[in-house]
Amino acid sequence: MDFAYSEEQRMLADSVGRFARDVYSFENWRKLSDTEDGFDRANWARMAELGWLGACLPEEYGGLNGGGVEAMVIAEAFGRGLIQEPYMWTAIVGAGLVLAGGSAAQRTALLPAIAEGRLILSLASAEPQSRFDLNDVACSAKAEGGGYVLSGHKSVVFHAQSADRLIVAARTGGGQRDRDGISLFLVPAQADGLTRRDYRTTDRRRASDLTFYGVRLGPDALLGPPGGGLPLLEQAVDRGTAFACAEAVGAMAVLNEATLAYVKTRRQFGRAIGDFQVIQHRLVDMMAALEEARSLALVAAVRLDAPAPERARAVAAAKAKAGQSGRFVGQQAIQLHGGMGMTDELSVGHYYKRLMMLDVLFGNADHQRQRFAAMG
Amino acid sequence: MDLEYSAAERAFREEVRAFIKTALPDDLRRRAGQTQHLDREDYLAWQRILHARGWGAPSWPVELGGTGWTPAQRHIFDEECAEAGAPPQLPFGLAMVGPVIATYGTEAQKARFLPRIVAGLDWWCQGYSEPGSGSDLASLKTRAETDGDDYVVNGHKIWTTQAHFADWMFCLVRTDGSGKPQDGITFLLIDMKTPGITVRPIISIDGAHSLNEVFFDNVRVPRDNRVGEEGRGWTYAKFLLGNERTSIAGVAASKKRLHRLKEIARAEFAGGRPLIENLPFRDRIAQAEIDLMALEFTNLRVLADESAGKGPGPEASLLKILGTNLQQAINELAVEALGYYANPYEALHDGDNRSPVGPVHAEGLMEAHLYFRAASIYGGSNEIQRNVIAKMVLGL
Ligand SMILES: Cc1cc2nc3c(=O)[nH]c(=O)nc-3n(C[C@H](O)[C@H](O)[C@H](O)COP(=O)(O)OP(=O)(O)OC[C@H]3O[C@@H](n4cnc5c(N)ncnc54)[C@H](O)[C@@H]3O)c2cc1C
Ligand SMILES: Cc1cc2nc3c(=O)[nH]c(=O)nc-3n(C[C@H](O)[C@H](O)[C@H](O)COP(=O)(O)OP(=O)(O)OC[C@H]3O[C@@H](n4cnc5c(N)ncnc54)[C@H](O)[C@@H]3O)c2cc1C
Repeated sequence: MDFAYSEEQRMLADSVGRFARDVYSFENWRKLSDTEDGFDRANWARMAELGWLGACLPEEYGGLNGGGVEAMVIAEAFGRGLIQEPYMWTAIVGAGLVLAGGSAAQRTALLPAIAEGRLILSLASAEPQSRFDLNDVACSAKAEGGGYVLSGHKSVVFHAQSADRLIVAARTGGGQRDRDGISLFLVPAQADGLTRRDYRTTDRRRASDLTFYGVRLGPDALLGPPGGGLPLLEQAVDRGTAFACAEAVGAMAVLNEATLAYVKTRRQFGRAIGDFQVIQHRLVDMMAALEEARSLALVAAVRLDAPAPERARAVAAAKAKAGQSGRFVGQQAIQLHGGMGMTDELSVGHYYKRLMMLDVLFGNADHQRQRFAAMG
Repeated sequence: MDLEYSAAERAFREEVRAFIKTALPDDLRRRAGQTQHLDREDYLAWQRILHARGWGAPSWPVELGGTGWTPAQRHIFDEECAEAGAPPQLPFGLAMVGPVIATYGTEAQKARFLPRIVAGLDWWCQGYSEPGSGSDLASLKTRAETDGDDYVVNGHKIWTTQAHFADWMFCLVRTDGSGKPQDGITFLLIDMKTPGITVRPIISIDGAHSLNEVFFDNVRVPRDNRVGEEGRGWTYAKFLLGNERTSIAGVAASKKRLHRLKEIARAEFAGGRPLIENLPFRDRIAQAEIDLMALEFTNLRVLADESAGKGPGPEASLLKILGTNLQQAINELAVEALGYYANPYEALHDGDNRSPVGPVHAEGLMEAHLYFRAASIYGGSNEIQRNVIAKMVLGL
């Protein structure tokens, strides 16, 4: 067993860490999160230049051939910096779907474009009734004239307003909750008949609700086997979920450091509040929460390429822990900062919001525990 | 022992319910359901409606313009108001400074201030905390020096809820720095229009403005506005904190929020079934409901002691801890019930004619969750409350 990073992984960690520190100071984050896109396209270009956008793609598509551990290294730094660029949606989930399900033509057209920073993707899978179930799809794609006609509603599609293409899960057969009959489609973000309601999210990102009013798609829009999209989707979402776990680890680490520093300097009753044992014990519990989440995020990252049941079990465990730990750490960080922790001015509350939204993303702790239990 | 309401109490409930049904304006009810932070006029309007009915001060004795109700009646009244979606009554006058003035104030102060509190004419704010003095309140540094018939106040208060709405502040100031910190504190009533006062907003994590910093630069306060004796302010402040603790349990509001949570869980889906049938979620709702029952009857026991002449002791700190934990748990569950729709964050205001993103029941839930993270911080943090119980009740 070996938990050490390779030389390349260490260099990657250094360079993403530096980016998170320098480019994503808290003041810059605040400014960025107020812009139209909620992120910076110059940062996107830089991520392409540094090879991050292709970090987990094969070399033949301009990638660096990395895997789960490289993604985890990047994710942790993204969590530390509250980095807003749609990296996970494009370079992990989107790229993963194209790589695993795309035709040769789709891969050659799309993957190099992702690595070079010319293509932003998002995923439209959730629906108002689906909660976290990937198989619950009411959105329909009817075969017509050699192509498809897409109708239905999709909920909370992240960065849809900035995306070039959306990967949409829709039914080509079966009932609303059947595992079979789900197909994936590559849909241009500006397609006729697609309307968007854009909004900000709790953690200051951008998302949209989408309605497809009979959007016409050519036969080449299909991604992966017709009716057999769910296993592809599950695999890609597990990759995204492992990324979210590592991001949560990065965010928790920042909160623990900030809170530790605060209780050493904040004085009440003539001494640092960190002198009170209650507070000391709380910080120990926060540290334990972080380390547990870190261990399982690591397991998930390494098992991403294992067979589906093993992969899914590791990811569900990691995400359950990340959600639980993230809420605990975030809430205690606010509590121990007293009134200061309740201010918009301090970063603490924003990290808590991010941790909460990471808990929701791809299914919260309750959902992951149920998933884990069902796998025996 | 009898845990049931009497026939008279049940009739009282009907009377309250019928009154609120006709007296509470629809738009006010709607706004109160959407946000923790109503406008000044919304709060005062409801206070005036209650006052017109003779119910302006449910917890005060009749001779002070109160209702003279029993604890059971007050509990019923709170429940009916919350269930109907009425705005909360403002605590600063009714629960905080009012009883202090009534107990320690001069006749002139009582006559001047108390009727205006009941009538909803004055807005009070609480000027206790300072940047360096939160949990350690007794270390406060805002100074008041005697000059002729006035005190001259200099200093800096922080976290002052709704100071920007306030006509008056009850304020703890230091008049003597020589002895024990608790000994040199004086309780002043300060007109917020006095020259030298600057109020600066603090935006909280729910994106709202309810908190403020208040700066005092040579602010002249007539000695007539001192409550009780100079240097005895800590005693009055502690008296006030005791009152604050019993009202802080928030049983009625939590009941209402729990009902709302269940409605949401019936409307949301998980695994193709209503969320309320989802086993883990069901368990968590049940836990909250059991905690609420325990809190409700603990609160009633404390209120009964109180009406039997045993003032709220340090045991009341338990109510603060349990009540705020529960508030936070219910608010968190409500947000979790929303699934992905915890994400959209754009409060739609009156006059915005777009429909909200996602389900209508999602409105305001995230803001409430975020704001109520403060419940375990304000009013004496839950860590401090545990210290108080450990020391005062358990003798540790
Ligand atoms: C939303 C909100 C509204 C408020 N409204 C008002 C208001 O209207 N008027 C007003 O005067 N004040 C108000 N406050 C201030 C509030 O009372 C203080 O924030 C509170 O007393 C804590 O003080 P602090 O913020 O300085 O935190 P600190 O006292 O610095 O505490 C920081 C952390 O240390 C812990 N701690 C401190 N001492 C000990 C100890 N001895 N043992 C164990 N743990 C300890 C605390 O529990 C907390 O977790 C409000 C605060 C908030 C957040
Ligand atoms: C707006 C506001 C509202 C408040 N509401 C309440 C309230 O409702 N109830 C309430 O009790 N307090 C409340 N407080 C806190 C209050 O200011 C005091 O902290 C509290 O009443 C203790 O009073 P004291 O300073 O006289 O106690 P002290 O005897 O001086 O002790 C101060 C505090 O420190 C703790 N302490 C002292 N030494 C240690 C130690 N070695 N380890 C751990 N803890 C220690 C004590 O237990 C005590 O809680 C509020 C504060 C604010 C600003």
